[in-house]
Amino acid sequence: MALCPECEAEIVLTDVLVGEIVYCPDCNAELEVLNVETPQLALAPQVEEDWGE
Amino acid sequence: MHLAILTSRIRVEEKLLFAAMRGITYEVIDDGELLLDLAQPDERWRTFDAVLCRSVSQSRGLAMLYVLESWGVPVFNAAAVTATCNDKLLTTLALLRAGVPVPRTLLAFAPEPALRGIETLGYPAVLKPVTGSWGRLLARINDRDAAEAVLEHQETLGSYQHRIHYIQEYVDKPLRDIRAFVVGERTICAIYRNSAHWITNTARGATASNCPVTPELNDLCVRAARAVGGGILAIDVLEDQERGLLVNEINATMEFRNSIAPTGVDIPGAILDYVRASVEAGRVLTLSGEGRR
Repeated sequence: MALCPECEAEIVLTDVLVGEIVYCPDCNAELEVLNVETPQLALAPQVEEDWGE
Repeated sequence: MHLAILTSRIRVEEKLLFAAMRGITYEVIDDGELLLDLAQPDERWRTFDAVLCRSVSQSRGLAMLYVLESWGVPVFNAAAVTATCNDKLLTTLALLRAGVPVPRTLLAFAPEPALRGIETLGYPAVLKPVTGSWGRLLARINDRDAAEAVLEHQETLGSYQHRIHYIQEYVDKPLRDIRAFVVGERTICAIYRNSAHWITNTARGATASNCPVTPELNDLCVRAARAVGGGILAIDVLEDQERGLLVNEINATMEFRNSIAPTGVDIPGAILDYVRASVEAGRVLTLSGEGRR
């Protein structure tokens, strides 16, 4: 169980990898998985100008 | 084979690659955590047979490719290939040198000649930043008012990159373009990107459907891939009613999540097979000369 850093909703992380992006089911914030063993989430970085294919 | 996957974040594409490893061992390396002593290559990198760059940050990815090539670590795609594809001007020049058909493109460095360029091509015309992806900041210029406004915005609000005015003819394509996937010397599959909007990136909502790889499309896309140095590349192709197929852009860190189902092609499997075969055959370009093609 991890807490949403935006709204503090409790989020169950299943089948996710570090670096993956998930969405908070309560506030829909875009969150980056920082740790799966000790579940931890952070607000995902905003898309930068140099991001792409 | 032991592979490093360089990432900025884990997207669907990266998970698909992890699932397709089939006997390849791999480590995921987050580009945001790296600290590199340029004169003292970290021995960790020498444990990899190759590094596959999947950084969503083009700047970080390209910097890492240059560093790793300098250290003699095989990378995919090569730094020079990635640098060319990351820059629309360099891509267009490479395609023109190779005789690959492209939309007519003009370049200017100040608003007045840029406006003349737009009016030379005629309305509508397209202004693009030379760097950038996912259809960001593309502008279809329908009239002189729009031209003056967008050029002023580029001059005032943008970085110097935005003052390099890359001006392209608008190709009146049939509510779609083609995204073709070239791996090595073959176009493994292609999709139509269908959209009522003139910007047809799937990142902007276009839907994907299978596009048959005809000998003509394969030949064009392989020539386009060779023009930028070759590797694992996604070629964006426009259909012009009079001139036929024109190559618009090339992507060196392609996204493919929406292209597997419509084409039925195992794109991540093909990528990894190519990497493995290239490493085993010693066909990996490095700046140090090891395994030079």
